Amino acid sequence: MRLKLQIWRQENGEAGGQFVTYELADASPEMSFLEMLDVLNEQLTERGEEPVAFEHDCREGICGSCGMMINGQAHGPMAGTATCQLHMRHFQDGDEIRIEPWRSAAFPVLKDLVVDRAPLDRIIESGGYISVNTGSARDANEILVPKPAADRAMDAAECIGCGACVAQCPNGAGQLFTSAKISHLGLLPQGQPERDRRVKRMVETMEDYFGSCSNYRECEAVCPKGISIDFIARMNRDYVKALIRGE
Amino acid sequence: MTLDAKVPSGQIQDKWDKARFDLKLVNPANKRKFKIIVVGSGLAGGSAAATLGELGYHVQCFCYQDSPRRAHSIAAQGGINAAKNYQNDGDSVWRLFYDTVKGGDFRSREANVYRLAQVSVNIIDQCVAQGVPFAREYGGLLDNRSFGGAQVSRTFYARGQTGQQLQLGAYQALARQIDAGQVEMFPRTEMLDLVVEDGRARGIVTRDMVTGEIASYSADAVVLATGGYSNVFFLSTNAKGCNATAIWRAHRRGAYFANPCYTQIHPTCIPQHGDYQSKLTLMSESLRNDGRIWVPRSVSEERAANDIPEAERDYYLERRYPAFGNLVPRDIASRAAKAVCDEGRGVGHGGRGVYLDFADAIGRLGKGAIEAKYGNLFEMYERITGEDPYTVPMRIYPAPHYTMGGLWVDYNLMSTIEGLYVIGEANFSDHGANRLGASALMQGLADGYFVLPYTIGDYLSKHMGEGPLPTGHAAFQAVETEVADRVQSLLSADGSRTVDSFHRELGALCWDACGMSRTAEGLAAAIDQIRELKGRYLKEVKVLGGNEQVNQSLEKAGRVLDYFELAELMCRDALMREESCGTHFREEYQTPEGEARRDDEKFTFVGAWEYGGPDTEPNLHRESLEFQNVPPSQRSYK
Ligand SMILES: Cc1cc2nc3c(=O)[nH]c(=O)nc-3n(C[C@H](O)[C@H](O)[C@H](O)COP(=O)(O)OP(=O)(O)OC[C@H]3O[C@@H](n4cnc5c(N)ncnc54)[C@H](O)[C@@H]3O)c2cc1C
Ligand code: FES
Repeated sequence: MRLKLQIWRQENGEAGGQFVTYELADASPEMSFLEMLDVLNEQLTERGEEPVAFEHDCREGICGSCGMMINGQAHGPMAGTATCQLHMRHFQDGDEIRIEPWRSAAFPVLKDLVVDRAPLDRIIESGGYISVNTGSARDANEILVPKPAADRAMDAAECIGCGACVAQCPNGAGQLFTSAKISHLGLLPQGQPERDRRVKRMVETMEDYFGSCSNYRECEAVCPKGISIDFIARMNRDYVKALIRGE
Repeated sequence: MTLDAKVPSGQIQDKWDKARFDLKLVNPANKRKFKIIVVGSGLAGGSAAATLGELGYHVQCFCYQDSPRRAHSIAAQGGINAAKNYQNDGDSVWRLFYDTVKGGDFRSREANVYRLAQVSVNIIDQCVAQGVPFAREYGGLLDNRSFGGAQVSRTFYARGQTGQQLQLGAYQALARQIDAGQVEMFPRTEMLDLVVEDGRARGIVTRDMVTGEIASYSADAVVLATGGYSNVFFLSTNAKGCNATAIWRAHRRGAYFANPCYTQIHPTCIPQHGDYQSKLTLMSESLRNDGRIWVPRSVSEERAANDIPEAERDYYLERRYPAFGNLVPRDIASRAAKAVCDEGRGVGHGGRGVYLDFADAIGRLGKGAIEAKYGNLFEMYERITGEDPYTVPMRIYPAPHYTMGGLWVDYNLMSTIEGLYVIGEANFSDHGANRLGASALMQGLADGYFVLPYTIGDYLSKHMGEGPLPTGHAAFQAVETEVADRVQSLLSADGSRTVDSFHRELGALCWDACGMSRTAEGLAAAIDQIRELKGRYLKEVKVLGGNEQVNQSLEKAGRVLDYFELAELMCRDALMREESCGTHFREEYQTPEGEARRDDEKFTFVGAWEYGGPDTEPNLHRESLEFQNVPPSQRSYK
């Protein structure tokens, strides 16, 4: 496959950036998208040009490291697929592909396609856990969790923290990410004691960094794990209840 | 130096209790006076850092990813073992201990394995309390599945993302301690060397992966939890960033490296499909619960899988190992796959693949049941191969996956450098020559939640009141200079080849000589070839860009430089071990049926290597192993 790639190049956080066009003559349909970029980088290095920096690690769609806007869409054209799991068979010979970093005020660019997603960690640190010190737990089977609740909690817990939801949102909102963790823990019996405090602190931290949600629903559409926006509604209800209960 | 494993005396059941009683404690008020560095935020490092923080120590935790949540543990799929016997199928601490010692082909330390089996039950309790959403039965109780090498169902799981959920559990516990100010987190910070002074670990030297700054961190003790080294093969199931730099640098500073040749090749991975391939993807071993493995009977078979009639298929694992069938341990399943492919009966690209077929299970249980259990794995397979495993059998082939070898540690998880602890996949401790499925997650969390937090106090209590060495000390300055020089030498190499091209070449060399089967001749030749390749690397490589920026080529270049040296040691170790055991298969030492033939008389020991110097051969030290509770036998899964 022959491809024309327009890739955002930016030296560092302070420098301005621009699109640079590259021709890639020898992509193949079996390659993953990142392998296609590997091939480009090998060629660039051999030509003495600096390779394109992009984040990646597991390349199995689970660590949440990878992520880029591909033709304007976070993680590219395939639903439910992280960039590293996207394969070139979904593109055509001769295609032009525009590749940019996550675009969001909360995620400043560090270099080329690499951004800083630290605010996501700040949200979890502000309450995305159950307070239980090591060694203080009782026997696991003493806590009964109805299967539907466990399954629903797992649906939320599958979030990989890639930030696509924020990147695609016209407001740069962090609702889908935040609500997934709040719902995962809030759906389980273990998560009840801290439920009010958790939602309150996490929502407030989220608002410190991210834009507000106006129900565009684009987050759900691009989420590689198909996290449902129903969790956002659940988070909003929990938040109001916590305020009423005066936490 | 003689290796003292410091195993407590007494009956195996009582050793850990005895150790906990004998180890000195640090009282709660004094804990905050100690600073501990934890390198790594995976299951081992994340759980250790969180627990140490809860106990009141001041912890600094490092990882190379942008967030501690992304450590490679997140990719584990299948599950975690624990001797809960919730299924009432005859499991016990003793059985898990027995299975693990036998699975490791009698090359692990009994006392460590017993402790691992003991604390396995606490891990599940802890994780459930944290909110890990393990699979449940309708009554609300925990569900289990079976894994290779066991005849009981003791594996706990969260869909196909057990590692993710356990990792997030540990990460959240860590986040809580970060919020509480007990743990300082340093993401995007790579440890490039260890600082040792007076025979004791004093701290680390790191590179900031955004600014390039080389900096020193000093502490009362250092814990390495930096994972395994399968990426020495270039193509493996590990995350791309997994590396051996931290443990290799510690090795060069005096930590012995144990059993480097014990590398596990996982039987069920998606086969390679092209030369540009960057990694291999694992298909969880849990698939072997319901999938049946086969190849065509005939070498000249050309039909598509579904057109080959039952009578012309060879379900070779069921045929050769009727008792365990498709659930034989990994080393055996991998070698059997290689054998049928070597016979020319392999399927797919290059004849390097075997079928993993779900047609029977779908017929028996229905598509829905299979989808509920393995849906995400099937999807992943389809995404990568473009084939639908519900209707066409999967194709799989073995791939490098896990390293049992690692830095040598005693019973307390301390290396041969005082004050340097090593936990998780980075150490060598519990799996002998072969690890059973679902036991790595167990070991990482056992080390981090339940073992290290006790044992480290014993060392710290002896250094009460001393405090860490200042980072301005000459010992830190000297290492900083060495690190900076090394970075500079990589940047100024004046070649034209990429780092990856060398790494691929090294990986292919290791795979051929020190992969699934090994010979004295091949290993000896590989040692020379690796040296020669390393010599060319330093001249011919090209690393563009500078130090003071995000520079991924530079990061890789340093890691690959360490891989050259480690690869050589792997080959030396494999050459030294003139027997076959577990994953280490020397063609010269096999039974007439092609099974591994151990030599217990000569090789019932841990081979721990002491670094000799850049141009000097390493020294071998032996820790002899005793089996008082599980008498060594020829492993049989028939
Ligand atoms: C695809 C796959 C599936 C698996 N499935 C299972 C399973 O089902 N069950 C099971 O029991 N096991 C499984 N395993 C094995 C298991 O996942 C690993 O052995 C285990 O997670 C290792 O944990 P760890 O904490 O030791 O290391 P890791 O999780 O690898 O963490 C290493 C940490 O060290 C950091 N680090 C490394 N080098 C440096 C450095 N130089 N400087 C700073 N930081 C550094 C990294 O950033 C990371 O935080 C699987 C492995 C793979 C590859
Ligand atoms: S690289 Fe891990 S999710 Fe893509």
